Amino acid sequence: MASSTYTLTIPSSTRFLEDVREFVTMHATSAGFDEMEVEQLKMAVDEACTNVIEHAYAGQSEQPIDIAIILNRDKLTIRIRDKGQTFNQKTYQEPDLIKYAKTRKSGGFGVHIMRKLMDEVAYNNSGGYNECRMVKYRH
Amino acid sequence: MSNFSVGFRSSGAVQILDLQGELDAHTAAELEAAIQKCQKDNRVHILVNGANLMYISSAGLGVFMAYIEEVRESGGDIKIAALQPKVYNVFDLLGFPMLFDIVETEEGAVDKFSSPSAD
Repeated sequence: MASSTYTLTIPSSTRFLEDVREFVTMHATSAGFDEMEVEQLKMAVDEACTNVIEHAYAGQSEQPIDIAIILNRDKLTIRIRDKGQTFNQKTYQEPDLIKYAKTRKSGGFGVHIMRKLMDEVAYNNSGGYNECRMVKYRH
Repeated sequence: MSNFSVGFRSSGAVQILDLQGELDAHTAAELEAAIQKCQKDNRVHILVNGANLMYISSAGLGVFMAYIEEVRESGGDIKIAALQPKVYNVFDLLGFPMLFDIVETEEGAVDKFSSPSAD
């Protein structure tokens, strides 16, 4: 099936999150997604990249993050690759808001948000890199 | 270059924080510094005006989470007002209305501070 792919590579610093959001907004908008869907895509990618910066690369700011947007007739796929520490899905727990406030915890919502906003979220770490793949179907 | 800023205003005992721009993992520290400044100045009736907040990610939401209990323990509150619908959706997605007082207008939030039992 025909598809188009657009790529962006950023260094692993939160300074570039703005560029990532702009990249996603541009391509999702021209692919015909509506404003609300574009907001959701933008946020899911921001959260995924923030996790790579803060966890996979643990604050090293010059490591590469490769982002690709793959457009198909029925869906938009976002692929994010890094070579940092692997995200362990097995130890991941869904956050509890009330408990979080009580313990003054401020992070840990990223994956929860990604799963709520996207139709599919999958992690893979074969091939020498970590890969997060998120899919949003066209309605 | 940061595309986020916090402006400080007062309405009586209420400290108003005007958020402008995009709040993400890069700019969240500025909101954190603003809330810490309020605490230091003992201004714990904090009203966050989100009329010009264009975007928020979980890093921004996390700042509210990290300080709400502390601010309430010192007798204050963080109320959030005038959010744009697309930004409110993000707060709603994580169940924030359950934990935070999110008010439609700044005036409404100021009133709630002066008559806390009126909800």
